[in-house]
Amino acid sequence: MIARISGEEQYELPDEDASRLNELESAVVAVVEGGREAEFDSSYGALLDFVRSNGRVVPDDELQGSDVILPPADLTFQEAGREFTGEGLIPD
Amino acid sequence: MAGLGGRMSTVVKAKVSKLLDRAEDPAETLDYSYQKQVEQLQNVKKGIADVVTAKKRLQMQETSLQQSVVKLDTQARQALSSGQEDLARTALERKNVAQTELQGLDTQVAELEEQQQKLTDSEQKLRAKIEAFRTKKEVIKAQYSAAEAQVRISEAATGVGEQMADVGLAMQRAVDKTENMKARADAVSELEAAGTFNDITALGSGEDDIDRQLKQLSSKSAVDDELEKMKGEVGAPAGAGQLPAQGESSEPAPPAGGQS
Repeated sequence: MIARISGEEQYELPDEDASRLNELESAVVAVVEGGREAEFDSSYGALLDFVRSNGRVVPDDELQGSDVILPPADLTFQEAGREFTGEGLIPD
Repeated sequence: MAGLGGRMSTVVKAKVSKLLDRAEDPAETLDYSYQKQVEQLQNVKKGIADVVTAKKRLQMQETSLQQSVVKLDTQARQALSSGQEDLARTALERKNVAQTELQGLDTQVAELEEQQQKLTDSEQKLRAKIEAFRTKKEVIKAQYSAAEAQVRISEAATGVGEQMADVGLAMQRAVDKTENMKARADAVSELEAAGTFNDITALGSGEDDIDRQLKQLSSKSAVDDELEKMKGEVGAPAGAGQLPAQGESSEPAPPAGGQS
């Protein structure tokens, strides 16, 4: 699967990483819905770090659409409140 | 699917498929898409130029505020030397406001610098994607049947479209930041225009609106401390009497009691 981090890169992740990605994403949703602002940076950071460290950067001359597009790393808790709700970013 | 990610990719895909629906000739679609992409790239360049302009504006304000700080400091010393403590206090209060504004501007300039860098990086990435698209479209034109070409075009256009949307988002964030800063910079300009940071000696003893606002704004104790310090440095009238021209050097100016 291909995940893009807005403002950064597109990453190609092995399909088996999808479930771990979903877990991390659900954790972010839980933090946001629970209003636990103090935990937001670390939980969202963990999601992004997982993508960065497990994915292969898609080179600039490869043209493909992403399966998931993640908001930029400097997303604020308030902005996240509008983005991460319900099912979250990653469709099941 | 909720969230920005979902929406953004859906929008990109919708636009691409709309484009493809309209097209009868894949070659035409490809050339048209490429042309649009190049246009978008120009917009990105304009966006970067806007950020640079905003940054320059703030930097000019910084320079002007720095000059005000020096001037107000000199004026405070002059006022103190001639025994006008109230005037000296007003000058120091204004200096305090100017200094606070300066600190704010520093942070903002640094932030804009960062935005500019991000946008420049995005622009380069987009440029690379568009270049890849240009190469790919020639391959598609040459090698694929019309039906097959549709699929390839869709893929390629989505890839570029997404990068475009990404730059668009970065640009939007930069614009939001710039707008906030502009509002603040305008407020500083108004203070300047109102003479707040200008010639203190032109002031009468009467308090105007600005004076009252300034008193609320500035940290009073900081001003008091600085005033005391400056008194020591200047050697206020009570001491060495640097301006004996008035003739009444025997009678030191009373330390003006106004503590408001």
